[in-house]
Amino acid sequence: MAIELRHRARTVLAASALAALLAAVICPFLGGSGMDYAKLLRHEPPDWPIFVNLRLPRTLLALLTGAALSASGAMFQALLRDALATPSSLGVTAAAALGAVAAISLAPVETTWFPLVWLCALAGAAAVIVLVALLARSRKRFSAYTLLLTGIAVNGICSAIVLLLHSLAGITKSFQITHWLMGGIGAVEYSVLLLLAAVVVPVCFWVLRLTRVLNVVSYGDTWAAGRGVNCRQITWRGFVAGTVLVGTTTAVTGPIAFVGLIVPHLLRRVVGPDYRLLLPASVFGGGAFLAVCDTLARSVLAPIEIPVGVITALLGGPFFVWLLWSR
Amino acid sequence: MSLLALESAIYAYPGAPPVLNGVSAAAGAGELIAIIGPNGAGKSTLLDLVAGLKTPASGRCLVDGRDSAATPRGAWCRLVAHVPQQAPANVPFTVEEVVLTGRIPYGRGLYENDDDYRAMEEAMERMRLAPFRDRSFQTLSGGEQQRVLLAAALAQQSPVLLLDEPSAHLDPQNEARLWALLHDLRALGRLILVVTHHLLLAAHHSDRIWLLHHGTLAADGTPGEALQPERLQAVFGVPFHRHTGEHGRMVLSYGN
Repeated sequence: MAIELRHRARTVLAASALAALLAAVICPFLGGSGMDYAKLLRHEPPDWPIFVNLRLPRTLLALLTGAALSASGAMFQALLRDALATPSSLGVTAAAALGAVAAISLAPVETTWFPLVWLCALAGAAAVIVLVALLARSRKRFSAYTLLLTGIAVNGICSAIVLLLHSLAGITKSFQITHWLMGGIGAVEYSVLLLLAAVVVPVCFWVLRLTRVLNVVSYGDTWAAGRGVNCRQITWRGFVAGTVLVGTTTAVTGPIAFVGLIVPHLLRRVVGPDYRLLLPASVFGGGAFLAVCDTLARSVLAPIEIPVGVITALLGGPFFVWLLWSR
Repeated sequence: MSLLALESAIYAYPGAPPVLNGVSAAAGAGELIAIIGPNGAGKSTLLDLVAGLKTPASGRCLVDGRDSAATPRGAWCRLVAHVPQQAPANVPFTVEEVVLTGRIPYGRGLYENDDDYRAMEEAMERMRLAPFRDRSFQTLSGGEQQRVLLAAALAQQSPVLLLDEPSAHLDPQNEARLWALLHDLRALGRLILVVTHHLLLAAHHSDRIWLLHHGTLAADGTPGEALQPERLQAVFGVPFHRHTGEHGRMVLSYGN
């Protein structure tokens, strides 16, 4: 039995990692404009720079973001004991959006300086952690339920302020705000990717080490506590880890909906409810899914680019409904 | 030194009078103790204190000489296994996986080791759960779930076992099996505390009775000593009659 679970875990890990690897290798070659492979091989413009500076970093960003979103989605579903929990349930996406929108609309210059937007979005995400930490300290009753309620409040407040800033913004900034709020995978510098990977990869590893305990959390506080698991502590740590994952990636990409909900649910039907299988599968599967969605986003109506969030919802939504109905 | 010692344990929920108001008691290995008392007398709270789920507001709870308030939760759960009154709901796991949660206090790695599987198999066999092995926990009946949870607690291999109304969902046959099992475990040297409303079963099967009333121990003794009709009437508020039945067994009846 012991062998069997390990064996399954290894198979799941290998299969999902292979999917992510295939996406990483294949997706950069696909796109709206055809690619001249001879030029690409000779490292000649325009195909080589397009490949190296645009498509490859985009694919890598999609892989990292998809991994972070679906890992945190799966984890929040465990911590909140709520199948409908998403990475944005706990307010981090809205807070990051508020930070970004504030940076865009309040900056004195007309053209957006992206590092500032990223930093402000990160600050928004960090503010949520601080807020929840203060709440947890002042009140003894810190539970998944209070987290969820706090998240709803944060979501409401942040959306309201975003709307306010948006309504006050001029036409240029208003466009930029709308564009950021749509969310999308863009080409970023490799240094940004490296920074992002330096956060996402270790945090994902840390979350994976938590999976045996996450299984017990779904039994509820009493049973978990009777098996030596402190739900309060796990919930707090998981919340911070998930917020870091979602905050850092959302800061760069803007909000991308549905990935963190759909991917864990699809995979749950394939690998079962054990988080020791589900979480690694979600990490790689989420990355592959978003990389594919981004490829579609830039190919389907090329040269017009569709926001990737539209693709994730249009592709994932119906598929999800079909899965639910075919149960 | 006794295996379990409660020293003037007091517990109160915020803004309410104490549920436990200074309980002192001791119990040793190989004892089967039934905890009885009216609703709200503090039976489950007492069990929660011993389980380490609640920390006494004052006083101490010691198991094997270790203080519950100062012992890490994992280490405490290797000493004490608790089966709650209410089975967890919406658990998507199989019976086998639920039983394996009893091994979490021993878990270092991400996966269970051979010891864990051995303990699980042994517990499954004891609770006759082999036919349910791969069934989903949430599709089982209340009584079957109770047996699975008890198996998980057995897999925990702790010297102290706490059961909160374990027979609430059991039919007579399974109830008889449960008490037979508890006798076996007692013979293996476990200390077992059972919260129950079945005074007669408590009288027949336990070595000792802890009678709780308004958060204090109204009686601590053998069933014969503890279950005096006058005392029961004072605690439960209805008249009790006690006779001797077949094989010299105690028979209690209550009401006017």
